[in-house]
Amino acid sequence: MPRPDAPAKVRGAFDFASDLRAEGMLYGRTVRSPHPHAVVRRIDTAAAAALPGVRAVLTAADVPGKPFYGLDKVRDQPVLVGVGETVRYAGEAIAVVAADHPEQARAAAAAVAVDYEVLEPLTDPVQALAQGSSLRNLVIRRGNPEAVAEVVVKGFYEVGQQDQAPLGPEAGLAIPDGEGGVDLWIATQALHVDLRQVADALALPPERCRLRLAGVGGAFGAREDLSMQIHGCLLALRTGRPVKMWYGRDESFVGHVHRHPAWMWYEHGADREGNLVYVRATIVLDGGAYASSSHAVVANAAIFGCGPYRVPNVLMWCGAARTNHVPNGAMRGFGAVQSCFAHESQMDRLAAAVGISPLEIRLRNAMRSGDRLITGQVVSGAAPVADLIRRCAELPLPPPAEGRMALPGGAGNLAEAADISRGEGWALGYKNIAYSEGSDDYATARVRLERRNGHAVALVKTAAAEVGQGLVTVCQQIARTELGVEEVELEPADTLIGDAGSSSASRQTWMTGGAVREAARLVAEEVLKRAGPPGRGLAGGQVVDDEGAPLAPLALLLDEPIEREFEHHHRQTGKLDEDGQGDAHVSFMFVAQRAVVDVDPEAGLARVAQVATVQDVGLAINPLQVHGQIEGAVAQGVGLATMEEIQTREGLIRNASFTDYLLPTAVDMPEIVSELVEEAEPDAPYGAKGVGEPPLIASPAAICAAMRAASGRELCRIPVRPEELSGVSETKPPRELIPGQPPA
Amino acid sequence: MRVSFEVNGRQLAADVWEGESLLYVLRERLGLWGSKNACEQGECGSCSVLLDGQLVCACLVLAAAADGSRVRTVEGMEADRVGRAVQEAMVEAGGVQCGFCTPGFVVSIADLLSKDPHPGVLAVREALAGNICRCTGYVRIFEAVQKAASRL
Ligand code: FES
Ligand code: FES
Repeated sequence: MPRPDAPAKVRGAFDFASDLRAEGMLYGRTVRSPHPHAVVRRIDTAAAAALPGVRAVLTAADVPGKPFYGLDKVRDQPVLVGVGETVRYAGEAIAVVAADHPEQARAAAAAVAVDYEVLEPLTDPVQALAQGSSLRNLVIRRGNPEAVAEVVVKGFYEVGQQDQAPLGPEAGLAIPDGEGGVDLWIATQALHVDLRQVADALALPPERCRLRLAGVGGAFGAREDLSMQIHGCLLALRTGRPVKMWYGRDESFVGHVHRHPAWMWYEHGADREGNLVYVRATIVLDGGAYASSSHAVVANAAIFGCGPYRVPNVLMWCGAARTNHVPNGAMRGFGAVQSCFAHESQMDRLAAAVGISPLEIRLRNAMRSGDRLITGQVVSGAAPVADLIRRCAELPLPPPAEGRMALPGGAGNLAEAADISRGEGWALGYKNIAYSEGSDDYATARVRLERRNGHAVALVKTAAAEVGQGLVTVCQQIARTELGVEEVELEPADTLIGDAGSSSASRQTWMTGGAVREAARLVAEEVLKRAGPPGRGLAGGQVVDDEGAPLAPLALLLDEPIEREFEHHHRQTGKLDEDGQGDAHVSFMFVAQRAVVDVDPEAGLARVAQVATVQDVGLAINPLQVHGQIEGAVAQGVGLATMEEIQTREGLIRNASFTDYLLPTAVDMPEIVSELVEEAEPDAPYGAKGVGEPPLIASPAAICAAMRAASGRELCRIPVRPEELSGVSETKPPRELIPGQPPA
Repeated sequence: MRVSFEVNGRQLAADVWEGESLLYVLRERLGLWGSKNACEQGECGSCSVLLDGQLVCACLVLAAAADGSRVRTVEGMEADRVGRAVQEAMVEAGGVQCGFCTPGFVVSIADLLSKDPHPGVLAVREALAGNICRCTGYVRIFEAVQKAASRL
């Protein structure tokens, strides 16, 4: 079944947040600090305010409510940095302006005079942690942390900073309601999470700020934190006019959080057969200037930091440094991507040391249902890891590269087929679904069944954000299935209904999908009550009996429409104790991947020829969309392994554009062969797990392993740079750390 | 200054500022919001339009320089068989996720198929290399191209 929003999207008739407009609309723009660390000494807005077309210039002094926002319990990010206050990253917002034309707004922003007392930025995360500048430190101890083993392998690994790079820019339109309140149309992942922060900053009761979902041009974590939400509302309330803001691509690079770059020191011990005895590891993440979601990213990097294997003895130390970089936070894979690169590289080293194949070492240690995580939590649901590996190994290998476009270097014509060597690499990945560590995770849905022109129509309302992932299709499908009606309308998502939580952590099919199912079942119950016996179910627009034979059209029972609401909570999770032990997660999803890469070792060029991926998805509600999610996630993994990296020097981003931050194109995309392993997940609605994240967790590691196999180089850093692939240079650890011990 | 174009078969005019791009004028002045603005630097193809039959990035063309030209945007694609086939195939093949890249792809694919009705796999990849999609991994967009081609 195709997506309900696709026909409008192919005609250019679907409104994204940046396409919104309103009568008398102004254009907002943000004044940002050019320095990563500085004290604001003076802000002079007079010249900017006097420019033609300028309607407002606002600073921290104009924020009526709570001056801080953020995702963490401790909101630590200033709405605007005021006089006497400290700028903590380059790009931090100092003032906002609104004007009649975007060019006038740009000129006004440039005319705001700010005096800074420039300070030395803290840019080395290892150093930062050593001196106690941390957003969270976590230790996991399991079994005997000092265990010894016959075979020991050590390694250092590094992951560069990836940008989510959703194509749709940060954007929103704030419209004052004339009574002191405001309506904000916004591209976000979580309307209610935004609402709580916006209302507090505006000093308004939440019901006077109505957040409404505008078309979202991709998210991948970039829209978890606020961008223009508060700023746009401040300008709209001050001017009494609608204000639209959207970020240009350069601004977007400082306007949202990124994936934490990581530095990781690992030691694995095993017996002579390759059975794991212990893992000790230190993971350093750069959290940037503010908390964002570092707390949860640290937990994930650490908890999944040994991979989906049975490990009896563990000592894991993971910390996120507070530095003067743009804050890092949520991105698809959420901490598990970084540590997967390290643990999978280690598994290959271990295989080599023991003298068995990468496949065999993984099969020997593969986690099974009933095994324990390194946090002691029992994996109670499906964990078909060995099955994933075997099925992935059976997928066909790609034919040899043919034609210049298919060789490394592509249209650049650098490679000769004779110089190419092909390598194969393996990786397993896993991750949790939904929120963790004791947070109350729930989603709300309302389903209404009514008669229109003689037939039954279902209306579904939630506050869940469709960000491209296809939740709209899933909700529609669920309502159709439960109510047996063809026509299902999705009402606009907004904060006029209860919270749905965020479109993140692969949780919405489970959470909002579950809420829609339960609300629809309550509606069906009422229909059947009205129908009376022998009515037992709903199908094809009819009430049906035990055998499925039609008894009466549904529509006849809808003189009064039926409406039901349901709040769906998942099983309560627990906190981690001081040894990092506890049942912090609800459920897990697993993936096995094999990558095949062609490498020109002289030129240092690589082309990913194929990624084979087998994923445990529970039951697939919509296979077309599941495959679409897998392919999109692999593409982002190809990017992280081979080209995508934000380059920062002295606290400044040097490549804030799509000219300099490279994304995989149609030419870079490998062949993808994917298979789903469907084993119903006991607690999940329809047995369906999430799907969007696992392929991106494993593919960077698998691709890098294939590049190692093809080139014979160590390659301990992704994205792999040409000079490392060709052996001209090599990444060295920034300093020597003992795996399992914090930076001292 | 005043500029006028023939857009999707209609004669349209607007008062514009000197530095405004064709993309800005199409969107903010003429109300044609279908062409998108993901980079405004010529790198992503989300703003692809046909300018006198040539595939261009509307964000790189000054509106003033396009004065008097013929422009076809995504909103005009339904007008012909190729455009409609591409739109239908994109929906059916699952080539649309968030959809921000979609208008640009529809224009580029229609342009490709009107020149080469049965492109090979590598030709498709090459022709679409100027359009970035962050959601789909392109696989289902390639499928949509073949699906549309098979119906032409
Ligand atoms: S917006 Fe024109 S190429 Fe990106
Ligand atoms: S569908 Fe989202 S960018 Fe292509």
